[in-house]
Amino acid sequence: MRRSPKDSLESARKISRRALVIGGVQAATVATLALRMRFMQVEQADQFRLLAEENSIKIRLLPPARGLILDRNGGVLAGNGQNYRVVITREDAGEVEEVLRRLARLIPMTEDDIARTLKEVMRRSPTLPITVADQLRWEDFSRVAVNAPALPGITTEVGLSRVYPQAGDFAHVLGYVGPVSDYDLSKIENPDPLLQIPKFQIGKVGVEGKLEIDLRGKAGTRRIEVTSTGRVMRELDRKEGIPGTTLQLTLDRYLQNYAQARLGNESAAAVVMDVRNGDILAIVSSPTFDPNLFVRGISSADYKSLTENDHRPLADKTVQGAYPPGSTFKMVTALAAMEAGVIDPGETVYCPGFTELGNRRFHCWKRGGHGRVGLSQSLEQSCDVYYYEIAQRVGIDRIAAMARRLGIGVRHDLPMSAITEGIAPDRAWKLGKYGKDWQVGDTLNAGIGQGYVLASPLQLAVMTARLASGTDVSPRLVRARDGVPAPDPAPRPLDLPQDALRAVRKGMFDVINNQRGTAYGSRIVEEAMRMAGKTGTSQVRNITKAERDRGVISNDDLPWNRRDHALFVCFAPYDAPEIAVSVVVEHGGGGSAVAAPVARDILLQALYKDLPPLSAYPASQRDRIEAQRKDMNLLPRTDSQGAKSRA
Amino acid sequence: MSYLEYNVKTVPTGIRKVLHVNWPIVVLLTAIASVGFLMLYSVAGGRLETWAEPQMKRFAAGMVGMFVVAFVPIWFWRNVSALAYFVSLVLLVAVELFGAIGMGAQRWIELGPLRLQPSELMKIGLVMLLAAYYDWLDVKKVSRPLWVAIPVALILLPTFLVLKQPDLGTAILLVAGGGIVMFAAGVSWWYFGTVIALVVALVFAVFESRGTEWQLIKDYQFKRIDTFLDPGSDPLNAGYNIMQAQIALGSGGWAGKGYMQGTQSRLNFLPEKHTDFIFTTLAEEFGFVGAFSLLLLYALVVVFALASGIANKDRYASLLTIGIGSTFFLFFAVNMSMVMGLIPVVGVPLPLVSYGGTAMMILLLAFGLIQSAHIHRTR
Repeated sequence: MRRSPKDSLESARKISRRALVIGGVQAATVATLALRMRFMQVEQADQFRLLAEENSIKIRLLPPARGLILDRNGGVLAGNGQNYRVVITREDAGEVEEVLRRLARLIPMTEDDIARTLKEVMRRSPTLPITVADQLRWEDFSRVAVNAPALPGITTEVGLSRVYPQAGDFAHVLGYVGPVSDYDLSKIENPDPLLQIPKFQIGKVGVEGKLEIDLRGKAGTRRIEVTSTGRVMRELDRKEGIPGTTLQLTLDRYLQNYAQARLGNESAAAVVMDVRNGDILAIVSSPTFDPNLFVRGISSADYKSLTENDHRPLADKTVQGAYPPGSTFKMVTALAAMEAGVIDPGETVYCPGFTELGNRRFHCWKRGGHGRVGLSQSLEQSCDVYYYEIAQRVGIDRIAAMARRLGIGVRHDLPMSAITEGIAPDRAWKLGKYGKDWQVGDTLNAGIGQGYVLASPLQLAVMTARLASGTDVSPRLVRARDGVPAPDPAPRPLDLPQDALRAVRKGMFDVINNQRGTAYGSRIVEEAMRMAGKTGTSQVRNITKAERDRGVISNDDLPWNRRDHALFVCFAPYDAPEIAVSVVVEHGGGGSAVAAPVARDILLQALYKDLPPLSAYPASQRDRIEAQRKDMNLLPRTDSQGAKSRA
Repeated sequence: MSYLEYNVKTVPTGIRKVLHVNWPIVVLLTAIASVGFLMLYSVAGGRLETWAEPQMKRFAAGMVGMFVVAFVPIWFWRNVSALAYFVSLVLLVAVELFGAIGMGAQRWIELGPLRLQPSELMKIGLVMLLAAYYDWLDVKKVSRPLWVAIPVALILLPTFLVLKQPDLGTAILLVAGGGIVMFAAGVSWWYFGTVIALVVALVFAVFESRGTEWQLIKDYQFKRIDTFLDPGSDPLNAGYNIMQAQIALGSGGWAGKGYMQGTQSRLNFLPEKHTDFIFTTLAEEFGFVGAFSLLLLYALVVVFALASGIANKDRYASLLTIGIGSTFFLFFAVNMSMVMGLIPVVGVPLPLVSYGGTAMMILLLAFGLIQSAHIHRTR
């Protein structure tokens, strides 16, 4: 069919008109697109640019180095060691399980570890590195590094981890760090973002726990560019964190080491304090444990063996243990009585071996009695009847008040965990606690440090230091922070009657240096170093009348946990006191036989700031002491510098 | 009407045809494709072999194809228009029956080494057939209902096949492309008014059908509409693509972040960054200046195509040129609107820039038809 030229022309015109309409609509569309482009790219550009940055720039925290803990001479008690760890990234690993199995042939890993890691890896983003193992030994670590080509997705990293070079010696006082737990986080109101870092180490107990905020430091930041899946492309900038405060403690690591070794495997505690400024030179609880185990994550077998041990290695007996102080409390009773004026130092009391109160008999430890005793003899021979008498005269409330002045029944503020207040009982206390009135018999018991009275080894050391100095010296543990020394404490006088205090000290001197003294065997013969002290033996059971008639069973025949606690407190030199020591040996038997020699040895070590010369010991003991030293595994002295500066 | 009607004496022959090629269009297409190579190199992270190199090879092959088509007289193409349409239709049905499953939709068939997307072929086949239809049809009958119903049926038949795949983007392009040819051919305004009214009604029906058994579109398409209307409603899943695309585009600012410096694309925040969303990378790295320049290049191609169509006195050649030019326009307009958040995401690539074999080849062959119409126009 042919179209007429007219038709063709008409049709072409129509097409042209319609094409112009189409072109117009298209032009309008292009204009709309251009305007939209302009709107988004010019007017809203800043807004979108911000969104793009939020997308791709992430801020990661850099954990700061934890503050060091040093001893008084700068020896490291808690440092930061290289932590060799192995991490896996799922994205690069491919066959995660296969890779983990190959890894398990190189480093110690159990089936459980593999399963746990596998679960963790699958749960997290494929680009997030997950820690497979840390705290690796260098050999294992290097084996992984060497075999890296066979282990896709596995990378080796070096970080910082807490290390306690002195192992068990400072376990109780320093505590330990561990990975932050959900429980830890739940206790904190507004947690530091650092705590969100997986496996970030925080102090759990002891100085590490109490001074956590100082030791932790401030986080640094790292701005990184990440892809949509979280893979890190590059680091944009980095601001290093501020390391935690370096804490210098008052402790002497050699003395602490010696005391720990001297206590051996006994369930015991010892506290050494400078009577002039309250510096705690050593604070030792035995048996101990290796805090490094907790940093790595303790195995359940190790943990079980620690918790099931009847000597309770995990407990810090120095501040947490509360013991009846026994005869070591007699100085308190004596001072209370003399300050009240109910007896004076020269006055004597007759000891027939017991006191009768109503129809009850309160026995002296010596069945035959001591005869007539004055204050000095009463301490020297630890006569109980003398104290039954003066305790009755002065009354419990004044005894309790004196106890608190001397540091028993009050909480001493040290950065350590679960510090006990002890008990300095009085009428109000018993009424509040048991709803019962105070009985005279309670006073008698309290007068010799039995009954309701409880004190921790720390409190006994404070008491001894206050007796020795006559001041209200308080214990302190932190000597300097970041090199800035803590202000010197200025202990104030206690305002005790001077003649009474002198008499009490003389009595304590006689305990050790008089042949009849209960601790004569533990004397120091070096004239300038002679010590004063007091033994204590506190019962952990009641002795019935029937038992007493049969003859009291000797401690050696009793099961361990029913034996008496052995206590000893002492200070030296007698003429110008420097050091006070308290020792408690749980279920050790008698204070004079068990606690006193230990306390004497530690005291000498503290006085000489090194192993004392054998000449300080009584001649008959020197061979034994020498043999004993050989058996002790002591820290070799490395810093002659430190030893000198202390001299 | 046969080739005898063409005044063959005024039509260039042999090598002289080269002089009569619509060169501005060739230059513009090459420029646009070059922008594509640049962007494909960038989104591959600086690697040529990933996307840019195959794309260059296809472009070269496509250009050769374009010239081959261009040098074949337009009357030959007019005569095979119906054939092109029906071959496309058969292939569409074949895809429906044997097509490989890709991206949740049956879109291509394997023909030896060739992976063919019949829906791409159909966009051109439909325009060719409609142009031929109106060339054949008496001009006076154009607006009669019966003669309107036939092209409508020719449009709707492949549209439904494409929708079944489902490929909403191509379906829209088919309807719009066919509609434009009909409009250019002179079909009464009334029909278009009615159709627009019907479309509004259909949209309403689509929404009404949601959740019922006769649901007209797939759930993911509904979801796309939802997230288009409110991208914040699902920022981590479906809305994520739209938001990230807009962030990339907007954050480019006036002059862009610099070539290969786009954080959104380099760090993989952008979805399908080498195909449907490649424009956002361009906008991010070259800013408003770059994006607007590309838009201008596209617009110029359409301007030259429309001018050639208007100038051509032959009804078939004229309608074909306007139809193909408009289809090209629809491609980039829909894609850009989509990534700029003006319309829902429907899955239309950016012509000549997005990575994709068939789309580019067929587009270049279609431009071959425009060239053929231009070279062999009656003078």
